[in-house]
Amino acid sequence: MSAARVPAVEGWFTMDESDPRLMGNRCTSCGTVFFPKASIACRNPSCDGSSFEDAPLSSRGRVWSFTTNHYAPPAPYVSADPFEPYSVAAVELAEEKLVVLGQVEGGTEGLRVGAEVELVLSTLFTDDEGDHVVWKWKVVA
Amino acid sequence: MAVDEVAVLGVGMHPWGKWGKNFVEYGVVAAREALADAGLAWTDIQFVSGADTVRNGYPGYVAGATMAQALGWQGAQVTSAYAACASGATALDVARNRILAGLCDVALVVGADTTPKGFLAPTGGDRPDDPDWLRFRLLGATNPTYFAFYARRRMEVFGATDADFAKVKVKNARHGLTNPNARYRKEVTEEEVLSSPMVADPLRLLEICATSDGAAAVVLSSMEFARGRVSGDPVRVAAVSTATPRFPNTVIEMPNFATDSAAAVGPPELTFRDSIAAEAYEQAGVGPDDLDVAEVYDLSSALELDWYENIGLCKPGEAEKLLHDGDTTIGGRIPVNPSGGLACFGEAVPAQALAQVCELVWQLRGQAGDRQVDGARVGLTANQGLFGHGSSVIVKR
Repeated sequence: MSAARVPAVEGWFTMDESDPRLMGNRCTSCGTVFFPKASIACRNPSCDGSSFEDAPLSSRGRVWSFTTNHYAPPAPYVSADPFEPYSVAAVELAEEKLVVLGQVEGGTEGLRVGAEVELVLSTLFTDDEGDHVVWKWKVVA
Repeated sequence: MAVDEVAVLGVGMHPWGKWGKNFVEYGVVAAREALADAGLAWTDIQFVSGADTVRNGYPGYVAGATMAQALGWQGAQVTSAYAACASGATALDVARNRILAGLCDVALVVGADTTPKGFLAPTGGDRPDDPDWLRFRLLGATNPTYFAFYARRRMEVFGATDADFAKVKVKNARHGLTNPNARYRKEVTEEEVLSSPMVADPLRLLEICATSDGAAAVVLSSMEFARGRVSGDPVRVAAVSTATPRFPNTVIEMPNFATDSAAAVGPPELTFRDSIAAEAYEQAGVGPDDLDVAEVYDLSSALELDWYENIGLCKPGEAEKLLHDGDTTIGGRIPVNPSGGLACFGEAVPAQALAQVCELVWQLRGQAGDRQVDGARVGLTANQGLFGHGSSVIVKR
């Protein structure tokens, strides 16, 4: 029996393995897109909107910058045992004109500023509840 | 339009280190040193402005009253301010504004911290609504992760190299060598920096600021109160900027998961970091060319180079040249971080923006010893805290 797959955070991304998307939202007054979703008020200071529609973000973007962490971060991060260095990328989405972070899936090969990456789902850590799933960026071969 | 000024009567610090004592003890040492420097008694102080620490329980959240009680209740008015790394500047601003409003003549500003070992971590518990908690949980995005994004970006856009970043550390280590308040007082070579362990690629251990215990205090007064109490012209606070970003902020900032979107509204004229000093220059009625010395927030060696450009010392992409030409070294055109900066101090969050001010006051008075910047008359601090807190203070003599 395979372990249950649960999102590591509720409502931030779709669990569709074949075409996962980060789920932002868009202000219905000014059109500004937010990720994570805006929930209280539109953060465009010239807009007094407070209603939003879901806006799945582009699933491909280009690396704006990235790093590989060589030391285990503090809790609440759940590190692999033994600790393995992991990479985090800041990815620019052309259509949304924003930069969004994510861990990097599949090693650092081909990882450079400007590289095209795509969104994938990956296991962040596993516990009694099952596999806690998070979005990651993967270099497009 | 230059705003009205207040006088700095006294400054004091408790040395930075990992002393493991109660933060209140450091604060009292710094406060008493600042009072002695001002030639005032604690009972002369009419207003106490505390910069909070969030790592020392309830007394840290009410730092102003905590310090007032430790020094002995004497009826002063009080406030406590939190603005992450900019807390000290915010506390200073409140004191300045009280004085300028005529509500008091003389005020004590104090910030102190005792820090845990290792990475600064989010507040404990299970808090999935807090982006600062979530960025650790979901991404393992430590503070150095963000510093590393900026460093690599600088390499990509401007061709900066590992050697450039290492040279910043070498410079600051030399500056802070004999600073009695600095925690790290040791020269390092470029080779030592470049062979120190990689933390967040491309940044190495010796290029990332540590967390420290420490305290800094400043006594401010009205110009009128200072007259007759200070021989010669006092150092004056000519500006305190406590800037927030403008929408859309298109640079990824701690602790965020994403930038604002620039799809519906275009990016502002100035980036957030550029706007921090711009506001201070406006208040003080001076510009970058008027500066003699600056203390900037070198959370990483690479970030110091960004600050050169953000405070207008040079155009974007020219910071490495400024460094190589020795302009930002003591003896150069515009020395940056003569104290040794965070590279020699490590960060004691609520004290750090005040420590920057203390250093500039010593510089402008000609009391900085081996690290003196000759003839310094105008100095600027620049600092940025988590959750959109920028600060910049300009002092003049």
